[in-house]
Amino acid sequence: MNQELKELYQQVILDHNKSPRNFKKLETANHTAEGYNPLCGDKINIYVETEDNKVKDISFLGSGCAISKASASLMSSFVKGKSIDEAKQIFEKFHELITGKLTEDNAIEELGKLKVFAGVREFPVRVKCASLAWHTMLAALKEDKKNISTE
Amino acid sequence: MKTDTLHTEDIRLYDVKKIREDFPILKKTVHGKPLCYLDNAATTQKPQIVLDTLNTYYTSMNSNIHRGVHYLSGVATDAFEKARIKVKDFINANSEKEIIFTRGTTESINLVANSFGRANIKEGDEIIISHMEHHSNIVPWQLLALEKKAKLRIIPINDKGELLSNEFEKLITDRTKLVSIVYVSNSLGTINPVEHIIETSHKYNIPVLLDAAQAVKHLPVDVQTLDCDFLAFSGHKLYGPTGIGVLYGKENLLDSMPPFMGGGDMISKVTFEQTTYNELPFKFEAGTSNIADAIGLGTAIDYISSIGMDNIASYEKNLLNYATEALSQIDGLKIIGQAEEKCSVISFIFDNIHPHDVGTLLDYEGIAIRTGHHCTQPVMQRFNIPATSRASFALYNTTDEVDTLVSGIKKVIEVFK
Repeated sequence: MNQELKELYQQVILDHNKSPRNFKKLETANHTAEGYNPLCGDKINIYVETEDNKVKDISFLGSGCAISKASASLMSSFVKGKSIDEAKQIFEKFHELITGKLTEDNAIEELGKLKVFAGVREFPVRVKCASLAWHTMLAALKEDKKNISTE
Repeated sequence: MKTDTLHTEDIRLYDVKKIREDFPILKKTVHGKPLCYLDNAATTQKPQIVLDTLNTYYTSMNSNIHRGVHYLSGVATDAFEKARIKVKDFINANSEKEIIFTRGTTESINLVANSFGRANIKEGDEIIISHMEHHSNIVPWQLLALEKKAKLRIIPINDKGELLSNEFEKLITDRTKLVSIVYVSNSLGTINPVEHIIETSHKYNIPVLLDAAQAVKHLPVDVQTLDCDFLAFSGHKLYGPTGIGVLYGKENLLDSMPPFMGGGDMISKVTFEQTTYNELPFKFEAGTSNIADAIGLGTAIDYISSIGMDNIASYEKNLLNYATEALSQIDGLKIIGQAEEKCSVISFIFDNIHPHDVGTLLDYEGIAIRTGHHCTQPVMQRFNIPATSRASFALYNTTDEVDTLVSGIKKVIEVFK
Protein backbone atom coordinates (compact mmCIF):
# COMPACT_ATOMS: atom_id res chain seq x y z
CA MET A 1 0.00 0.00 0.00
CA ASN A 2 1.08 3.57 -0.71
CA GLN A 3 2.80 5.36 2.23
CA GLU A 4 0.17 8.11 2.59
CA LEU A 5 -2.56 5.48 2.65
CA LYS A 6 -0.68 3.46 5.25
CA GLU A 7 -0.50 6.59 7.42
CA LEU A 8 -4.24 7.10 7.01
CA TYR A 9 -5.36 3.53 7.52
CA GLN A 10 -3.11 2.60 10.42
CA GLN A 11 -3.68 -0.75 12.11
CA VAL A 12 -5.11 0.95 15.21
CA ILE A 13 -7.70 2.71 13.05
CA LEU A 14 -8.62 -0.46 11.16
CA ASP A 15 -8.89 -2.27 14.47
CA HIS A 16 -11.19 0.33 16.06
CA ASN A 17 -13.27 0.37 12.86
CA LYS A 18 -13.72 -3.38 13.10
CA SER A 19 -14.39 -3.50 16.82
CA PRO A 20 -15.37 -0.05 18.02
CA ARG A 21 -15.19 0.57 21.78
CA ASN A 22 -18.18 2.02 23.67
CA PHE A 23 -20.40 1.28 20.68
CA LYS A 24 -23.81 1.24 22.38
CA LYS A 25 -26.52 3.46 23.70
CA LEU A 26 -25.67 4.75 27.17
CA GLU A 27 -28.83 4.49 29.26
CA THR A 28 -27.46 6.77 31.98
CA ALA A 29 -26.57 9.58 29.57
CA ASN A 30 -27.63 13.09 30.55
CA HIS A 31 -26.31 14.68 27.31
CA THR A 32 -26.91 13.45 23.76
CA ALA A 33 -26.55 14.82 20.25
CA GLU A 34 -26.81 13.58 16.69
CA GLY A 35 -24.11 14.47 14.17
CA TYR A 36 -24.37 14.26 10.41
CA ASN A 37 -21.93 14.58 7.55
CA PRO A 38 -23.88 15.34 4.38
CA LEU A 39 -20.83 14.67 2.21
CA CYS A 40 -20.89 10.94 2.87
CA GLY A 41 -24.14 10.44 4.76
CA ASP A 42 -22.36 9.54 7.99
CA LYS A 43 -24.53 9.70 11.08
CA ILE A 44 -23.47 9.47 14.69
CA ASN A 45 -25.25 9.62 18.02
CA ILE A 46 -23.18 10.49 21.05
CA TYR A 47 -24.28 9.74 24.61
CA VAL A 48 -22.48 11.36 27.53
CA GLU A 49 -22.98 11.00 31.26
CA THR A 50 -21.41 13.88 33.15
CA GLU A 51 -20.85 14.29 36.87
CA ASP A 52 -19.08 17.21 38.59
CA ASN A 53 -18.01 18.65 35.22
CA LYS A 54 -16.40 15.38 34.28
CA VAL A 55 -17.15 12.90 31.51
CA LYS A 56 -18.13 9.95 33.66
CA ASP A 57 -19.13 7.74 30.76
CA ILE A 58 -19.53 8.11 27.02
CA SER A 59 -20.74 5.96 24.14
CA PHE A 60 -21.79 6.26 20.51
CA LEU A 61 -23.86 4.63 17.78
CA GLY A 62 -24.05 5.28 14.08
CA SER A 63 -22.69 4.45 10.67
CA GLY A 64 -19.68 5.90 8.99
CA CYS A 65 -16.39 5.31 7.27
CA ALA A 66 -13.41 3.71 9.02
CA ILE A 67 -11.96 7.10 9.89
CA SER A 68 -15.11 8.45 11.49
CA LYS A 69 -15.91 5.24 13.36
CA ALA A 70 -12.38 4.80 14.68
CA SER A 71 -12.29 8.47 15.64
CA ALA A 72 -15.49 8.12 17.68
CA SER A 73 -14.20 4.94 19.30
CA LEU A 74 -10.79 6.36 20.24
CA MET A 75 -12.33 9.62 21.37
CA SER A 76 -14.71 7.84 23.70
CA SER A 77 -11.88 5.90 25.32
CA PHE A 78 -9.70 8.98 25.56
CA VAL A 79 -12.09 11.46 27.16
CA LYS A 80 -13.67 9.08 29.64
CA GLY A 81 -12.79 10.33 33.13
CA LYS A 82 -11.50 13.67 31.85
CA SER A 83 -13.04 17.03 32.72
CA ILE A 84 -15.25 18.77 30.18
CA ASP A 85 -12.68 21.56 29.83
CA GLU A 86 -9.94 19.04 29.17
CA ALA A 87 -12.08 17.35 26.52
CA LYS A 88 -12.50 20.70 24.77
CA GLN A 89 -8.78 21.40 24.90
CA ILE A 90 -7.95 17.96 23.56
CA PHE A 91 -10.25 18.53 20.61
CA GLU A 92 -8.50 21.80 19.78
CA LYS A 93 -5.16 19.97 19.68
CA PHE A 94 -6.70 17.06 17.80
CA HIS A 95 -8.12 19.42 15.18
CA GLU A 96 -4.71 21.01 14.75
CA LEU A 97 -3.25 17.54 14.33
CA ILE A 98 -5.61 16.43 11.56
CA THR A 99 -5.32 19.71 9.69
CA GLY A 100 -1.52 19.58 9.81
CA LYS A 101 -1.09 22.57 12.12
CA LEU A 102 0.28 20.61 15.05
CA THR A 103 3.90 19.84 14.22
CA GLU A 104 5.73 19.86 17.54
CA ASP A 105 6.61 16.31 18.62
CA ASN A 106 5.84 16.93 22.31
CA ALA A 107 2.41 18.30 21.57
CA ILE A 108 1.65 15.34 19.32
CA GLU A 109 2.82 12.89 21.98
CA GLU A 110 0.38 14.46 24.46
CA LEU A 111 -2.45 13.21 22.29
CA GLY A 112 -1.47 9.64 23.05
CA LYS A 113 -3.35 7.13 20.93
CA LEU A 114 -5.16 9.91 19.09
CA LYS A 115 -1.96 10.66 17.21
CA VAL A 116 -2.77 7.79 14.82
CA PHE A 117 -5.01 10.32 13.05
CA ALA A 118 -2.02 12.42 11.96
CA GLY A 119 -2.27 10.81 8.50
CA VAL A 120 -5.59 12.57 7.93
CA ARG A 121 -3.69 15.83 7.26
CA GLU A 122 -2.76 14.48 3.82
CA PHE A 123 -6.47 13.99 3.03
CA PRO A 124 -8.28 17.31 3.51
CA VAL A 125 -11.66 15.82 2.52
CA ARG A 126 -11.38 13.32 5.37
CA VAL A 127 -10.89 15.96 8.12
CA LYS A 128 -14.66 16.08 8.53
CA CYS A 129 -14.78 12.31 8.99
CA ALA A 130 -12.23 12.46 11.80
CA SER A 131 -13.82 15.45 13.53
CA LEU A 132 -17.53 14.54 13.30
CA ALA A 133 -17.58 12.61 16.60
CA TRP A 134 -15.80 15.45 18.40
CA HIS A 135 -18.13 18.14 17.10
CA THR A 136 -21.07 15.99 18.10
CA MET A 137 -19.71 15.33 21.58
CA LEU A 138 -19.10 19.04 22.20
CA ALA A 139 -22.61 19.79 21.00
CA ALA A 140 -23.97 17.15 23.38
CA LEU A 141 -22.05 18.73 26.26
CA LYS A 142 -23.53 22.10 25.36
CA GLU A 143 -26.93 20.42 25.34
CA ASP A 144 -27.46 21.80 21.89
CA LYS A 145 -30.59 19.98 20.78
CA LYS A 146 -30.05 20.82 17.15
CA ASN A 147 -28.61 18.32 14.72
CA ILE A 148 -24.92 18.76 14.12
CA SER A 149 -23.65 18.92 10.60
CA THR A 150 -20.09 19.21 9.39
CA GLU A 151 -21.23 21.37 6.46
CA MET B 1 -13.81 14.26 -38.23
CA LYS B 2 -11.30 11.79 -36.79
CA THR B 3 -13.86 9.07 -36.23
CA ASP B 4 -15.22 8.77 -39.76
CA THR B 5 -14.61 5.02 -39.84
CA LEU B 6 -17.21 4.66 -37.11
CA HIS B 7 -20.07 5.68 -39.39
CA THR B 8 -21.44 2.20 -39.20
CA GLU B 9 -24.12 0.18 -37.48
CA ASP B 10 -21.63 -2.58 -36.90
CA ILE B 11 -20.56 -2.69 -33.27
CA ARG B 12 -17.52 -4.79 -34.16
CA LEU B 13 -16.03 -1.73 -35.78
CA TYR B 14 -16.34 0.23 -32.54
CA ASP B 15 -12.70 1.19 -32.15
CA VAL B 16 -12.43 2.14 -28.48
CA LYS B 17 -8.64 2.52 -28.66
CA LYS B 18 -9.00 5.12 -31.36
CA ILE B 19 -11.79 6.87 -29.45
CA ARG B 20 -9.62 7.06 -26.33
CA GLU B 21 -6.98 8.93 -28.31
CA ASP B 22 -9.51 11.72 -28.83
CA PHE B 23 -9.57 12.39 -25.06
CA PRO B 24 -6.28 13.88 -23.90
CA ILE B 25 -7.03 13.55 -20.17
CA LEU B 26 -7.24 9.75 -20.45
CA LYS B 27 -3.45 9.67 -20.92
CA LYS B 28 -2.97 11.13 -17.45
CA THR B 29 -1.55 9.22 -14.51
CA VAL B 30 -2.94 9.60 -10.98
CA HIS B 31 -0.83 8.63 -7.93
CA GLY B 32 1.56 7.03 -10.42
CA LYS B 33 -1.12 4.82 -12.01
CA PRO B 34 -2.86 5.26 -15.37
CA LEU B 35 -6.12 7.14 -14.85
CA CYS B 36 -9.10 4.79 -14.83
CA TYR B 37 -11.95 7.28 -15.03
CA LEU B 38 -15.22 5.69 -13.91
CA ASP B 39 -17.09 8.76 -12.67
CA ASN B 40 -18.93 9.53 -15.88
CA ALA B 41 -22.35 9.90 -14.29
CA ALA B 42 -20.91 12.93 -12.48
CA THR B 43 -19.26 14.37 -15.56
CA THR B 44 -17.69 13.06 -18.76
CA GLN B 45 -14.29 13.96 -20.17
CA LYS B 46 -14.03 16.16 -23.25
CA PRO B 47 -12.63 15.19 -26.64
CA GLN B 48 -9.84 17.35 -28.08
CA ILE B 49 -12.20 18.64 -30.76
CA VAL B 50 -14.42 20.25 -28.07
CA LEU B 51 -11.38 21.83 -26.40
CA ASP B 52 -10.24 23.11 -29.80
CA THR B 53 -13.66 24.61 -30.45
CA LEU B 54 -13.49 26.61 -27.21
CA ASN B 55 -10.01 27.81 -28.09
CA THR B 56 -11.03 28.76 -31.62
CA TYR B 57 -14.05 30.61 -30.34
CA TYR B 58 -12.03 32.78 -27.97
CA THR B 59 -9.10 33.29 -30.36
CA SER B 60 -11.05 34.13 -33.49
CA MET B 61 -14.76 34.71 -32.86
CA ASN B 62 -15.32 36.13 -29.38
CA SER B 63 -18.02 38.75 -29.44
CA ASN B 64 -21.44 39.33 -27.97
CA ILE B 65 -24.26 37.84 -29.96
CA HIS B 66 -27.56 38.91 -31.49
CA ARG B 67 -27.27 42.69 -31.22
CA GLY B 68 -23.92 43.58 -32.78
CA VAL B 69 -23.69 44.95 -36.28
CA HIS B 70 -19.98 44.21 -36.62
CA TYR B 71 -18.32 41.23 -38.28
CA LEU B 72 -17.34 39.24 -35.16
CA SER B 73 -20.78 39.55 -33.63
CA GLY B 74 -22.23 38.07 -36.80
CA VAL B 75 -19.79 35.16 -36.75
CA ALA B 76 -20.43 34.44 -33.05
CA THR B 77 -24.22 34.69 -33.47
CA ASP B 78 -24.07 32.35 -36.43
CA ALA B 79 -22.00 29.76 -34.54
CA PHE B 80 -24.24 30.00 -31.45
CA GLU B 81 -27.43 29.54 -33.48
CA LYS B 82 -25.86 26.64 -35.40
CA ALA B 83 -25.19 24.97 -32.05
CA ARG B 84 -28.88 25.33 -31.25
CA ILE B 85 -29.77 23.59 -34.51
CA LYS B 86 -27.34 20.76 -33.66
CA VAL B 87 -29.12 20.30 -30.33
CA LYS B 88 -32.49 20.39 -32.08
CA ASP B 89 -31.41 17.69 -34.55
CA PHE B 90 -29.76 15.63 -31.80
CA ILE B 91 -33.00 15.22 -29.85
CA ASN B 92 -35.18 15.56 -32.97
CA ALA B 93 -37.13 18.60 -31.78
CA ASN B 94 -39.60 20.11 -34.20
CA SER B 95 -38.06 23.57 -34.21
CA GLU B 96 -35.05 25.42 -32.81
CA LYS B 97 -37.56 27.66 -31.03
CA GLU B 98 -38.01 24.72 -28.66
CA ILE B 99 -34.34 24.68 -27.62
CA ILE B 100 -33.45 26.96 -24.71
CA PHE B 101 -29.86 27.20 -23.54
CA THR B 102 -29.49 27.13 -19.77
CA ARG B 103 -26.66 26.54 -17.31
CA GLY B 104 -27.53 22.86 -16.94
CA THR B 105 -30.24 20.36 -16.04
CA THR B 106 -30.82 22.00 -12.66
CA GLU B 107 -31.46 25.41 -14.18
CA SER B 108 -33.70 23.86 -16.84
CA ILE B 109 -35.89 22.23 -14.20
CA ASN B 110 -35.93 25.41 -12.12
CA LEU B 111 -37.01 27.32 -15.20
CA VAL B 112 -40.03 25.07 -15.65
CA ALA B 113 -40.84 25.17 -11.92
CA ASN B 114 -40.65 28.96 -11.80
CA SER B 115 -42.34 29.71 -15.10
CA PHE B 116 -44.78 26.92 -15.92
CA GLY B 117 -45.12 25.94 -12.27
CA ARG B 118 -45.86 29.32 -10.76
CA ALA B 119 -48.32 30.12 -13.55
CA ASN B 120 -50.22 26.82 -13.46
CA ILE B 121 -49.91 25.25 -10.03
CA LYS B 122 -52.27 26.44 -7.35
CA GLU B 123 -53.15 25.56 -3.78
CA GLY B 124 -54.05 21.89 -3.44
CA ASP B 125 -52.59 20.94 -6.83
CA GLU B 126 -50.25 17.99 -7.17
CA ILE B 127 -46.92 17.28 -8.86
CA ILE B 128 -45.82 13.69 -9.37
CA ILE B 129 -42.15 12.73 -9.15
CA SER B 130 -40.51 9.39 -8.31
CA HIS B 131 -38.54 7.95 -5.43
CA MET B 132 -35.37 7.87 -7.53
CA GLU B 133 -35.12 11.55 -8.44
CA HIS B 134 -31.92 13.54 -8.18
CA HIS B 135 -32.25 16.37 -5.67
CA SER B 136 -32.47 18.73 -8.66
CA ASN B 137 -35.81 17.17 -9.56
CA ILE B 138 -37.11 17.25 -5.98
CA VAL B 139 -36.11 20.55 -4.41
CA PRO B 140 -37.43 22.93 -7.13
CA TRP B 141 -40.85 21.26 -6.80
CA GLN B 142 -40.70 21.38 -3.01
CA LEU B 143 -39.98 25.11 -3.16
CA LEU B 144 -42.90 25.57 -5.51
CA ALA B 145 -45.18 23.37 -3.40
CA LEU B 146 -44.28 25.34 -0.30
CA GLU B 147 -45.05 28.64 -2.00
CA LYS B 148 -48.31 27.46 -3.56
CA LYS B 149 -49.42 25.02 -0.85
CA ALA B 150 -49.29 22.29 -3.46
CA LYS B 151 -48.36 18.64 -2.87
CA LEU B 152 -45.68 16.26 -4.12
CA ARG B 153 -46.74 12.70 -4.87
CA ILE B 154 -44.03 10.07 -5.15
CA ILE B 155 -44.01 7.01 -7.45
CA PRO B 156 -42.54 4.16 -5.35
CA ILE B 157 -39.74 1.82 -6.48
CA ASN B 158 -39.13 -1.88 -5.87
CA ASP B 159 -36.08 -3.62 -4.38
CA LYS B 160 -34.46 -3.91 -7.80
CA GLY B 161 -34.65 -0.15 -8.20
CA GLU B 162 -37.47 -0.17 -10.74
CA LEU B 163 -40.37 2.21 -10.81
CA LEU B 164 -43.69 0.64 -9.81
CA SER B 165 -45.34 1.94 -12.93
CA ASN B 166 -48.71 0.34 -12.15
CA GLU B 167 -48.75 2.43 -8.97
CA PHE B 168 -48.18 5.52 -11.06
CA GLU B 169 -51.66 5.79 -12.55
CA LYS B 170 -53.19 5.46 -9.09
CA LEU B 171 -51.38 8.64 -8.03
CA ILE B 172 -53.03 10.69 -10.75
CA THR B 173 -55.93 12.81 -9.56
CA ASP B 174 -57.82 15.74 -11.05
CA ARG B 175 -55.37 17.95 -9.14
CA THR B 176 -52.27 16.55 -10.88
CA LYS B 177 -50.70 19.36 -12.89
CA LEU B 178 -47.30 17.95 -13.86
CA VAL B 179 -45.29 14.75 -13.89
CA SER B 180 -41.53 15.28 -13.60
CA ILE B 181 -39.47 12.16 -13.83
CA VAL B 182 -35.92 11.01 -14.33
CA TYR B 183 -35.30 9.10 -17.59
CA VAL B 184 -32.18 7.25 -16.36
CA SER B 185 -31.36 7.14 -12.64
CA ASN B 186 -27.90 8.50 -11.79
CA SER B 187 -27.51 6.34 -8.68
CA LEU B 188 -29.21 3.10 -9.78
CA GLY B 189 -28.74 3.16 -13.56
CA THR B 190 -32.42 2.25 -14.07
CA ILE B 191 -33.95 3.22 -17.42
CA ASN B 192 -37.49 4.23 -16.56
CA PRO B 193 -40.48 3.30 -18.75
CA VAL B 194 -40.95 6.93 -19.73
CA GLU B 195 -43.02 6.06 -22.82
CA HIS B 196 -45.63 4.48 -20.54
CA ILE B 197 -45.48 7.42 -18.10
CA ILE B 198 -45.94 9.94 -20.90
CA GLU B 199 -48.75 8.04 -22.60
CA THR B 200 -50.60 7.58 -19.31
CA SER B 201 -50.15 11.22 -18.28
CA HIS B 202 -51.36 12.46 -21.64
CA LYS B 203 -54.58 10.46 -21.26
CA TYR B 204 -55.32 12.92 -18.44
CA ASN B 205 -53.81 15.93 -20.29
CA ILE B 206 -50.94 16.19 -17.82
CA PRO B 207 -47.62 17.42 -19.21
CA VAL B 208 -44.43 15.45 -18.51
CA LEU B 209 -40.92 16.73 -17.87
CA LEU B 210 -38.05 14.30 -18.38
CA ASP B 211 -34.79 14.76 -16.51
CA ALA B 212 -32.51 13.37 -19.22
CA ALA B 213 -29.19 14.40 -17.63
CA GLN B 214 -27.96 10.78 -17.71
CA ALA B 215 -30.09 9.52 -20.59
CA VAL B 216 -28.76 11.65 -23.45
CA LYS B 217 -25.24 10.22 -23.27
CA HIS B 218 -26.35 6.59 -23.09
CA LEU B 219 -29.44 6.34 -25.32
CA PRO B 220 -30.75 7.80 -28.56
CA VAL B 221 -33.37 10.36 -27.45
CA ASP B 222 -36.14 11.52 -29.78
CA VAL B 223 -38.49 14.02 -28.17
CA GLN B 224 -41.11 13.70 -30.91
CA THR B 225 -41.30 9.91 -30.61
CA LEU B 226 -41.33 10.15 -26.81
CA ASP B 227 -43.83 13.00 -27.01
CA CYS B 228 -42.49 14.46 -23.74
CA ASP B 229 -43.47 18.06 -23.03
CA PHE B 230 -40.17 19.15 -21.49
CA LEU B 231 -36.73 17.56 -21.50
CA ALA B 232 -33.73 18.80 -19.54
CA PHE B 233 -30.06 17.90 -19.85
CA SER B 234 -26.52 19.20 -19.26
CA GLY B 235 -23.66 19.64 -21.70
CA HIS B 236 -20.92 18.45 -19.38
CA LYS B 237 -22.41 14.97 -19.00
CA LEU B 238 -22.51 14.74 -22.80
CA TYR B 239 -18.78 15.25 -23.47
CA GLY B 240 -19.33 19.01 -23.72
CA PRO B 241 -18.28 21.89 -21.46
CA THR B 242 -19.65 22.68 -17.99
CA GLY B 243 -21.99 25.62 -17.55
CA ILE B 244 -24.18 24.88 -20.55
CA GLY B 245 -27.41 22.92 -20.59
CA VAL B 246 -30.64 22.60 -22.49
CA LEU B 247 -34.32 22.84 -21.85
CA TYR B 248 -36.48 21.45 -24.60
CA GLY B 249 -40.14 22.41 -24.42
CA LYS B 250 -43.02 22.00 -26.84
CA GLU B 251 -43.46 25.30 -28.63
CA ASN B 252 -47.10 25.87 -27.64
CA LEU B 253 -46.26 25.27 -23.98
CA LEU B 254 -43.21 27.53 -23.99
CA ASP B 255 -45.26 30.17 -25.78
CA SER B 256 -47.91 30.13 -23.07
CA MET B 257 -45.36 30.43 -20.25
CA PRO B 258 -44.20 33.69 -18.63
CA PRO B 259 -40.47 34.49 -18.68
CA PHE B 260 -38.26 33.02 -15.97
CA MET B 261 -35.62 35.75 -15.74
CA GLY B 262 -35.82 39.29 -17.00
CA GLY B 263 -33.04 41.21 -18.67
CA GLY B 264 -31.37 41.85 -21.97
CA ASP B 265 -31.97 39.69 -25.05
CA MET B 266 -35.32 38.38 -23.75
CA ILE B 267 -37.24 41.55 -24.66
CA SER B 268 -38.49 43.07 -27.86
CA LYS B 269 -39.53 46.45 -26.47
CA VAL B 270 -38.99 48.01 -23.06
CA THR B 271 -40.57 51.17 -21.66
CA PHE B 272 -40.95 51.98 -17.98
CA GLU B 273 -44.64 51.22 -18.29
CA GLN B 274 -44.47 47.94 -20.11
CA THR B 275 -42.19 45.36 -21.69
CA THR B 276 -43.00 43.07 -24.57
CA TYR B 277 -41.01 39.88 -24.64
CA ASN B 278 -38.85 38.51 -27.38
CA GLU B 279 -39.98 35.46 -29.35
CA LEU B 280 -38.94 31.90 -28.56
CA PRO B 281 -36.40 30.74 -27.58
CA PHE B 282 -34.93 34.15 -26.67
CA LYS B 283 -37.77 34.91 -24.24
CA PHE B 284 -36.10 32.46 -21.85
CA GLU B 285 -32.49 33.49 -22.43
CA ALA B 286 -32.08 36.70 -20.46
CA GLY B 287 -28.61 38.21 -20.38
CA THR B 288 -25.54 37.19 -22.35
CA SER B 289 -25.66 33.46 -22.90
CA ASN B 290 -22.78 31.08 -22.35
CA ILE B 291 -21.84 31.46 -26.01
CA ALA B 292 -18.53 29.57 -26.09
CA ASP B 293 -19.81 26.57 -24.19
CA ALA B 294 -23.00 26.35 -26.27
CA ILE B 295 -20.82 26.17 -29.38
CA GLY B 296 -18.63 23.62 -27.57
CA LEU B 297 -21.73 21.54 -26.82
CA GLY B 298 -22.57 21.66 -30.53
CA THR B 299 -19.16 20.17 -31.30
CA ALA B 300 -19.62 17.48 -28.62
CA ILE B 301 -22.89 16.55 -30.33
CA ASP B 302 -21.08 16.37 -33.70
CA TYR B 303 -18.51 14.11 -32.08
CA ILE B 304 -20.92 11.60 -30.56
CA SER B 305 -23.13 11.69 -33.64
CA SER B 306 -20.12 10.69 -35.74
CA ILE B 307 -19.76 7.58 -33.57
CA GLY B 308 -23.52 7.08 -33.48
CA MET B 309 -25.76 6.93 -30.42
CA ASP B 310 -26.89 3.40 -31.35
CA ASN B 311 -23.26 2.23 -31.49
CA ILE B 312 -22.49 3.92 -28.17
CA ALA B 313 -25.57 2.37 -26.55
CA SER B 314 -24.67 -1.15 -27.72
CA TYR B 315 -21.03 -0.78 -26.72
CA GLU B 316 -21.94 0.49 -23.26
CA LYS B 317 -24.51 -2.27 -22.83
CA ASN B 318 -21.79 -4.87 -23.43
CA LEU B 319 -19.51 -3.06 -21.02
CA LEU B 320 -22.28 -2.96 -18.39
CA ASN B 321 -22.90 -6.70 -18.74
CA TYR B 322 -19.19 -7.44 -18.46
CA ALA B 323 -18.82 -5.21 -15.39
CA THR B 324 -21.97 -6.52 -13.70
CA GLU B 325 -20.76 -10.08 -14.07
CA ALA B 326 -17.24 -9.29 -12.89
CA LEU B 327 -18.38 -7.31 -9.85
CA SER B 328 -21.04 -9.86 -8.91
CA GLN B 329 -18.30 -12.45 -8.45
CA ILE B 330 -16.60 -10.42 -5.72
CA ASP B 331 -17.35 -11.86 -2.28
CA GLY B 332 -19.44 -9.55 -0.12
CA LEU B 333 -20.14 -7.03 -2.87
CA LYS B 334 -23.78 -6.16 -3.30
CA ILE B 335 -25.07 -4.24 -6.32
CA ILE B 336 -27.74 -1.63 -5.51
CA GLY B 337 -29.94 -1.21 -8.55
CA GLN B 338 -30.61 -4.39 -10.49
CA ALA B 339 -33.28 -3.20 -12.88
CA GLU B 340 -33.95 -5.21 -16.04
CA GLU B 341 -33.42 -2.07 -18.11
CA LYS B 342 -30.20 -0.37 -17.08
CA CYS B 343 -27.55 2.01 -18.35
CA SER B 344 -23.86 1.63 -17.57
CA VAL B 345 -24.00 2.75 -13.94
CA ILE B 346 -23.21 0.33 -11.10
CA SER B 347 -23.73 1.25 -7.45
CA PHE B 348 -22.38 -1.20 -4.92
CA ILE B 349 -21.88 -1.64 -1.20
CA PHE B 350 -20.15 -3.92 1.30
CA ASP B 351 -21.47 -4.79 4.75
CA ASN B 352 -18.19 -4.00 6.48
CA ILE B 353 -16.51 -1.40 4.25
CA HIS B 354 -17.83 2.13 3.95
CA PRO B 355 -17.99 3.58 0.39
CA HIS B 356 -15.85 6.53 1.43
CA ASP B 357 -12.99 4.18 2.32
CA VAL B 358 -13.46 2.29 -0.95
CA GLY B 359 -13.21 5.58 -2.84
CA THR B 360 -10.04 6.75 -1.10
CA LEU B 361 -8.26 3.41 -1.55
CA LEU B 362 -9.28 3.08 -5.22
CA ASP B 363 -8.07 6.62 -5.86
CA TYR B 364 -4.56 5.44 -5.06
CA GLU B 365 -4.95 2.82 -7.78
CA GLY B 366 -5.71 5.62 -10.24
CA ILE B 367 -9.41 4.67 -10.24
CA ALA B 368 -11.92 7.53 -10.05
CA ILE B 369 -15.33 6.45 -8.77
CA ARG B 370 -17.93 8.39 -6.83
CA THR B 371 -18.96 7.61 -3.26
CA GLY B 372 -21.81 9.05 -1.26
CA HIS B 373 -25.53 9.52 -1.81
CA HIS B 374 -25.13 10.85 -5.38
CA CYS B 375 -27.63 13.64 -4.66
CA THR B 376 -30.35 11.00 -4.31
CA GLN B 377 -30.82 10.75 -0.55
CA PRO B 378 -34.36 9.30 -0.83
CA VAL B 379 -32.87 6.37 -2.82
CA MET B 380 -30.41 5.74 0.02
CA GLN B 381 -33.29 5.92 2.53
CA ARG B 382 -35.29 3.47 0.38
CA PHE B 383 -32.46 0.93 0.52
CA ASN B 384 -31.65 1.82 4.14
CA ILE B 385 -28.00 2.57 3.39
CA PRO B 386 -25.96 5.73 4.05
CA ALA B 387 -24.16 5.72 0.73
CA THR B 388 -22.87 3.62 -2.16
CA SER B 389 -19.77 3.41 -4.30
CA ARG B 390 -20.65 4.09 -7.92
CA ALA B 391 -18.75 3.16 -11.06
CA SER B 392 -20.23 4.71 -14.19
CA PHE B 393 -18.98 3.93 -17.68
CA ALA B 394 -18.84 6.02 -20.82
CA LEU B 395 -18.11 5.52 -24.51
CA TYR B 396 -14.33 5.48 -23.95
CA ASN B 397 -14.16 2.95 -21.09
CA THR B 398 -12.84 -0.56 -21.70
CA THR B 399 -13.15 -4.06 -20.30
CA ASP B 400 -9.51 -3.67 -19.19
CA GLU B 401 -10.64 -0.81 -16.98
CA VAL B 402 -13.36 -3.02 -15.51
CA ASP B 403 -10.60 -5.54 -14.67
CA THR B 404 -8.57 -2.74 -13.05
CA LEU B 405 -11.61 -1.83 -10.95
CA VAL B 406 -12.12 -5.44 -9.89
CA SER B 407 -8.49 -5.90 -8.83
CA GLY B 408 -8.62 -2.51 -7.05
CA ILE B 409 -11.68 -3.60 -5.09
CA LYS B 410 -9.96 -6.86 -4.15
CA LYS B 411 -7.09 -4.82 -2.68
CA VAL B 412 -9.59 -2.77 -0.67
CA ILE B 413 -11.10 -5.97 0.71
CA GLU B 414 -7.60 -7.14 1.76
CA VAL B 415 -7.08 -3.93 3.79
CA PHE B 416 -10.35 -4.36 5.68
CA LYS B 417 -10.07 -8.11 6.17
